[in-house]
Amino acid sequence: MKSLKKLLVLVVAVSLLFGLAGCKKSQGSSSDLIKVGIINNPPSESGYRAANVADFEKVFTKENGYDVSAFYSLKNDEQLNAASQFITDGVDYIFLSAAATDGWASILSRAKEAGIKVFLFDRMLNADPALYAAAVVSDMANQGDTAVKWLKAQNLDKYNVIHIQGAMGSDAQIGRTAALDKEFAAGNMKMVVQQTATWDEAEAKKIIESVINSGEKFNVIYAENDGMAKGAVAALDDAGIKHGVDKDVIIMGFDCNKWALRELLAGNWNYDGQCSPFQAAVIDEMIKTGNIPSKKVISEEKGFDAKTITQNDIDTYGLGD
Amino acid sequence: MLKSLNVKKLSHSQLAIPLFALFLVIVFNAFRDISFFSIHVITNNYGNTVFSGNLISIINGASELAVLAIAMTLVTAATKGQDISVGAAAAIAGSVFVRVLRANDITMPIILLALVTACIVAIIFGLFNGALVAFFDIQPMIASLILFTAGRPIAYWINGGATPNVDSPLLSYIGSFIPGIPIPSPILIVIVFGILVTLALKFTNLGLYIQSVGINEKAARLNGINPVLMKLLAFMILGVCVSIAGAINVCRIGLINHETILIDIEMDAILAVAIGGNALSGGKFKLAGSVVGAYIIQALTITLYAMKVSSTAVKAYKAIVIIAIVVIGSPVVQQHAIQLRNRLFKKPIKLTENN
Repeated sequence: MKSLKKLLVLVVAVSLLFGLAGCKKSQGSSSDLIKVGIINNPPSESGYRAANVADFEKVFTKENGYDVSAFYSLKNDEQLNAASQFITDGVDYIFLSAAATDGWASILSRAKEAGIKVFLFDRMLNADPALYAAAVVSDMANQGDTAVKWLKAQNLDKYNVIHIQGAMGSDAQIGRTAALDKEFAAGNMKMVVQQTATWDEAEAKKIIESVINSGEKFNVIYAENDGMAKGAVAALDDAGIKHGVDKDVIIMGFDCNKWALRELLAGNWNYDGQCSPFQAAVIDEMIKTGNIPSKKVISEEKGFDAKTITQNDIDTYGLGD
Repeated sequence: MLKSLNVKKLSHSQLAIPLFALFLVIVFNAFRDISFFSIHVITNNYGNTVFSGNLISIINGASELAVLAIAMTLVTAATKGQDISVGAAAAIAGSVFVRVLRANDITMPIILLALVTACIVAIIFGLFNGALVAFFDIQPMIASLILFTAGRPIAYWINGGATPNVDSPLLSYIGSFIPGIPIPSPILIVIVFGILVTLALKFTNLGLYIQSVGINEKAARLNGINPVLMKLLAFMILGVCVSIAGAINVCRIGLINHETILIDIEMDAILAVAIGGNALSGGKFKLAGSVVGAYIIQALTITLYAMKVSSTAVKAYKAIVIIAIVVIGSPVVQQHAIQLRNRLFKKPIKLTENN
């Protein structure tokens, strides 16, 4: 039993050593580069995250004057350890997308004492704003507002909306649901069905099928991501219901995957709301110019209309391939 | 003596409970809204004349679950435990399927190649689970916990990006309709697969061997049956089923999302086995029960959707109904029911069944 414990300690120690070594990999390179430690979630988390990681890799390069170490984890405690290691290494900046919103105050004040500037990106965390230089983040509620504003601008005679939600309680679901809920409550739009498909494409298809089978009329499908919108469209195609620009049913999605934007360009869908993973350029500019316009910068997030979208938009804003 | 008679009776009426439950769901819907059952003939957006309606949605939507329930029954029977990694394994198989499709121009032979490749990969992962169970005697649920945790990240790694798309009319033939045939293809796939499995069990000793390994491994070995081989075989069949389910799901929508494809399906598959009256402790099994169980679960979901039950409550309602079915089907309740009936009608216990 005792030897087992020893073994366990050894394993933990070794794995910690390796984990930290990962953060330290680019130590000792030339000193005129700006030393940056990036803490993010792993790219496998989602298409959004993959694009986010790629964006930072593209902007913060040696050619651009940065010496970058990156650490990826979905676990807050591992991220905290990495941050602590970055501080010990004496980096100039830390960029942080925290796995959880709490527990960062003490490490942020340590960074501040060490003269390290911290930039939050992608999401906020619970800490005194004085502890970080700036936050460049997405605003999910704003995405919902933009989409609903677009929908109202379509001036339909009546709005019979099927609302397919993401995983209940997620940031994206809460933000994208709120704006539409307001319209339902105000009586401007009729809620035909509001169901969660927990981001599952096949489940979204089943939900739409059940509405079609019930014979209820609808003319808008508001899906909280592209995948569920695609599932919904598959159900419409099976039922022979026309959708898209100037057709019977308006299709709305979010996230701006390239394949989804292509559906817009082809006129099969009507709207796609952006959830911008591109924060690197904004932070880069703040560091290079030393000018921080405001403590909280909300990424500009567009909504694309099938009638006005161009191939150029797809190449610039589309995620994935 | 009394006990053995009861056990025999229970196994005779194994299908009674699931069929009765299905009947209840149907009666409930008939009273709620008879138009629930209406089937329409419509023209879809690809110009095919097809059937549409809740019944079609139920049978179609349960396809993946039915296929997985069949395999889960065999694994349960042979190993006295369940594989909880089927959803993750389906994500891997589906990702391999998509990877092969994306690397080539999509034609029928390529689709077949993709399916075979996915099968091989899924069988390898099945064998991994199987080896842990058969050689190292690890509880199936614990053995498959590894793949349950690691499976979806592996699936991500296969395509190296979230939600890769595959677009081809050929895929929609598999996922929705073949031109000229008004029944959704997944239903046809399940029928063909079901017939194949039934024939395999009928004309080989596979079913008997798997059963005997599950009932008494030592006795089976003494009779010349290799328990290790039988367990591995069950996991290999599971691999094939997992890739069929994964491929159907990919073809339905034309993309794969490694995080959400067939999520939580392992729990539904195990439930289907239990609702079907199969003992989760292995041994004797009835595939038909599990398949009926799969359709009951889907019928419940579609009924709740049709009733517009709020999204957060669907799972809770489903749970209540399923608890009821499983409790009614449990040996304790059945025993009491039989005793009650005998007291009421003052009849000796008979072998005939009446419910």
